[in-house]
Amino acid sequence: MEKSQRRQRAPIVEAIRVDKISGGTRLVQAIRIVLAVVYAALSLIPVLWIGMTAFKSRPDATAVPPKVFFKPTLEGFVSLLTDRAILLEARRQELLQHLDELPWYQRLMVQQGMEVTGPSQYVGRLKNSMIIAGVSTVAAVVLGLLAAYAFSRFPVPGKGDLLFFILSTRMLPPVVVTIPIFLMYRRLGLHDTHIGLILLYTVFNLSFSVWLMKGFLDEIPREYEEAALVDGYTRLQAFFKVVLPNSLSGLAATTVFCLIFAWNEYAFALMLTTDKARTAPPSITTMLGRGGIEWASIAAGSLGFLIPVVLVTFALRKYLLRGVTFGAIRQ
Amino acid sequence: MATIELRQVEKKFGELHAVKPMDLTVYDGEFVVLLGPSGCGKTTTLRMIAGLETVTGGQILLNGRDVTWEHPSRRDIAFVFQLFALYPHMSVWQNIAFPLQAQGVSRHEVRQRVAEVARLLEIEHLFRQRPRGLSMGDQQRVALARALVRRPAAFLMDEPLGALDADMRERMRGEIKRLHIDQHATTVYVTHDQVEAMAMGDRVVVMSEAVVQQVGTPAEVYYDPANLFVARFIGSPGMNLVPCRYLGGAVEVPGAGRVALSPVWDAALQRALGPACDVILGFRPEAARVAPEGPLFATVYASDMEGGYAMLHLSLGGEGGPVVHVRASRENRYPIGTPLRIDLDPEMVRFFDPRTERAIRREVGR
Amino acid sequence: MSNVEVQNITKRFGAVTALDGVSFSIRHGEFFVLLGPTGAGKTTTLRVIAGLERQDEGSVLFDGEPVDHLAPADRDVAFVFQQYSLYPTMTVYDNLAFPLRSPLRRVPEAEIRKRVVETAEKLHIAHLLQRKTANLSGGEMQRVAIGRALVREPRIFLMDEPLSNLDAKLREALRVELQHLQKTQQSTTLFVTHDQIEALTMADRIAVLDHGHIIQIGTPEDIYDRPATTFVAQLVGTPRINLLEATREDATLYVVGSTIHLPLPEAARRELPAAFLLGIRPEDVRVHCDGRFFGEIMLTEPLGVETILHIRSGEQKLLSIVPGMTGLCIGEGVRFDIAVERLHFFRHDGTRVVFS
Repeated sequence: MEKSQRRQRAPIVEAIRVDKISGGTRLVQAIRIVLAVVYAALSLIPVLWIGMTAFKSRPDATAVPPKVFFKPTLEGFVSLLTDRAILLEARRQELLQHLDELPWYQRLMVQQGMEVTGPSQYVGRLKNSMIIAGVSTVAAVVLGLLAAYAFSRFPVPGKGDLLFFILSTRMLPPVVVTIPIFLMYRRLGLHDTHIGLILLYTVFNLSFSVWLMKGFLDEIPREYEEAALVDGYTRLQAFFKVVLPNSLSGLAATTVFCLIFAWNEYAFALMLTTDKARTAPPSITTMLGRGGIEWASIAAGSLGFLIPVVLVTFALRKYLLRGVTFGAIRQ
Repeated sequence: MATIELRQVEKKFGELHAVKPMDLTVYDGEFVVLLGPSGCGKTTTLRMIAGLETVTGGQILLNGRDVTWEHPSRRDIAFVFQLFALYPHMSVWQNIAFPLQAQGVSRHEVRQRVAEVARLLEIEHLFRQRPRGLSMGDQQRVALARALVRRPAAFLMDEPLGALDADMRERMRGEIKRLHIDQHATTVYVTHDQVEAMAMGDRVVVMSEAVVQQVGTPAEVYYDPANLFVARFIGSPGMNLVPCRYLGGAVEVPGAGRVALSPVWDAALQRALGPACDVILGFRPEAARVAPEGPLFATVYASDMEGGYAMLHLSLGGEGGPVVHVRASRENRYPIGTPLRIDLDPEMVRFFDPRTERAIRREVGR
Repeated sequence: MSNVEVQNITKRFGAVTALDGVSFSIRHGEFFVLLGPTGAGKTTTLRVIAGLERQDEGSVLFDGEPVDHLAPADRDVAFVFQQYSLYPTMTVYDNLAFPLRSPLRRVPEAEIRKRVVETAEKLHIAHLLQRKTANLSGGEMQRVAIGRALVREPRIFLMDEPLSNLDAKLREALRVELQHLQKTQQSTTLFVTHDQIEALTMADRIAVLDHGHIIQIGTPEDIYDRPATTFVAQLVGTPRINLLEATREDATLYVVGSTIHLPLPEAARRELPAAFLLGIRPEDVRVHCDGRFFGEIMLTEPLGVETILHIRSGEQKLLSIVPGMTGLCIGEGVRFDIAVERLHFFRHDGTRVVFS
């Protein structure tokens, strides 16, 4: 029955297409491509601009009109990742004389009239981000997969209501609950802890991951497991040997979506952490304040922040494409 | 009414040919069936005629007018889709009236014409219902009504019976054919089911791998297939095809025996292949019979009852030999392994060249 | 190999009763077919036997022992699904070896290799062993699926429309192969299909199922020649059987709305009601030049081996089969006879009138 419904869907699309196809397609095609390229370029400009600004020196970063061609420098990165002290004139002269013996980042700063005193907090914040986003993503995906499998395969009592309830946790803007959660976390001693944010992000992602994974698992024919059951495997063995390898694309898609959420989350991170467990997003903005706006280091921070997500997405792109086109395993 | 003419029409997707250049004329009032396995290019051909697919090369003429680049809606052609394509949110009446309303026909006339086709297809009692609640057969009738109501120059049908169960398909097959006989509208019909093609078509166009293999009446494609593909594809089961050796006056089936040839066939094989050459012997299941003195030896591979008759599946030359199918009366059933001899009707044997896979033609009517 | 007995199985899904007291038994080495339209309960029956579905009432016995409490893995049955049961991430070899690698069986790898290769040869798929199943054609996939059942030598093969997704030519070829294989291996098989020709050609016995009830169990000949109801009569045979309203007056049968009248056999005179349905298989409507009845040809459907004629006689329409391609044209008159000894009589409630 399910199959026949799916089959019925196609013809309506066909019927619509009858009215849509028209002649002179070459020119239309060309215009479409040009528009797509222009749009892609427009979308990429902000990213490109962040990338460029990250390698600009202070005067270049704030130059009016903006400089498109400039001499790249790592100043932005150095000031992002280090704490510095302003040099007194005497100390500066002394360092300048031994310039050749200093490490490269110190040289860069000395020329600016500053001295690197140690690594900045940003390094720790990035590390926090990685731990919190990583652990919560894994937790959300694993728990989501198991829940989704149960919803997809077993007659769970009140299945519809439960699924709706799970979805309903996403129905109000999270900011609304920041204050109650803040108070609750204070009471429970979860304030400014890794575990606190991990729990929060996991719960937030879970509803999403259950729904998404259920969609993917529904697409995997039951016959796969049933064949394994008849062939002499237990439900759990069938799950690991048959279901899991076939749901990789779904897992990849879910992982990336969960990771992006946990990685980018700002509001809770700002409210629920102060120092120990603070993640990168809120700390980038705090750089706005210190000693004037350091555009180069903000850009460097944003860039460094983007890269891990880009890498993960890139690594999983093969599965993602299959996942996004849903049902590809069905051929 | 209309004549449809394809001149060297082809379709390429990138480097891949979906349809290699083909010529075809569908005459006024004719029912032509495009037949072939999935992916053979039959549906693409139909969609090119409708204008749903652009052609890569060649011309399509409708009543002598070049419509190759005409918009589908200007071709005056009705298209019946495989899966009905009824609008689920409209009643049956609205569905049928829809194409007329799009043409701006007066309300009075719409009512009249809808009533007319509904009477023809006996679906008047369904007017107020939604398509979803209808049986598959009724849905298909409504789809046909929607095509008919426009009074188009020609009908194109893309496996309209594909989604129906076997019994319904058999009934609707007759209904559509009957409708065609009454209306005499030029029709191009696509199917992968050779039974449907044979039963319905005035002519059948057999396609495979983007190439037209044969165009002919049902009798022509059945009795004189142009090549091995058509021989196998037409008939259920298809023609038995047995590799053997031509030895002048007879062909030898390895391990099974020699079949003597009629002088006509002997001359034809001599001319086509020369003396002593490999050839493929073809015969329909009804062209063979079990006979104690028959020239070919075989053992029973399987045998079954197919309703009013039985089908014997025999390994020629014994176990492991090529399996051929022989139609027999129901009394003639044997256990697996039984040795038998079979005889062939000399009028019903055909021969194919194994290198070209083409049929060898004999001189007829002398 | 065992004989399988299904006793009074009832299965409900919510308010819907899918199976209602289904009973039958399969003999050792028998090819048993469950035939019925979509939604008749065929697949559910199969799944209950495999243990994939739990019945609400009734019992399944293997060799006389109830197996209702056993998990699918412990029932030692092989299941061939309609589609989708091959693992696309594995090679053909691994797919075939999968059941043997079950922790239940612990077959050594050397033995697995031997049995996989043997089975692959039997099914002509030995050249595909290293291929991923996702790249196979439909026919090859279904051969592998059958191979996966064969490799284990289970108690019984359960096959759920394994041929229905294949194209017509392949279906014909595999049908014959499967039949040959089953007969030579003597494997007990329960085969589910909605295709009457598959049932007639392959089965030793057929059970016809409709709306969760068994309507008739018998050999293909029983089902075709002595259908228990009009439903069975219409389900088997193509083209479909002619069912005509008829009445009886003394020793003569009159077809309503036509000039057709036939003498009734002695026994029929006693048992037939006054009004009934007359069933005539199309091959029993025999066209020849001095037939007793007259009709007009409405439609001809040439199929090559035979031609279906739609004949109108009075207000009745009859289907007839004539061999070969006929020269008869639409609109022409024909004379025909009806084979009296092969008539079927049904009451208006659809049941067959059996003459004692």
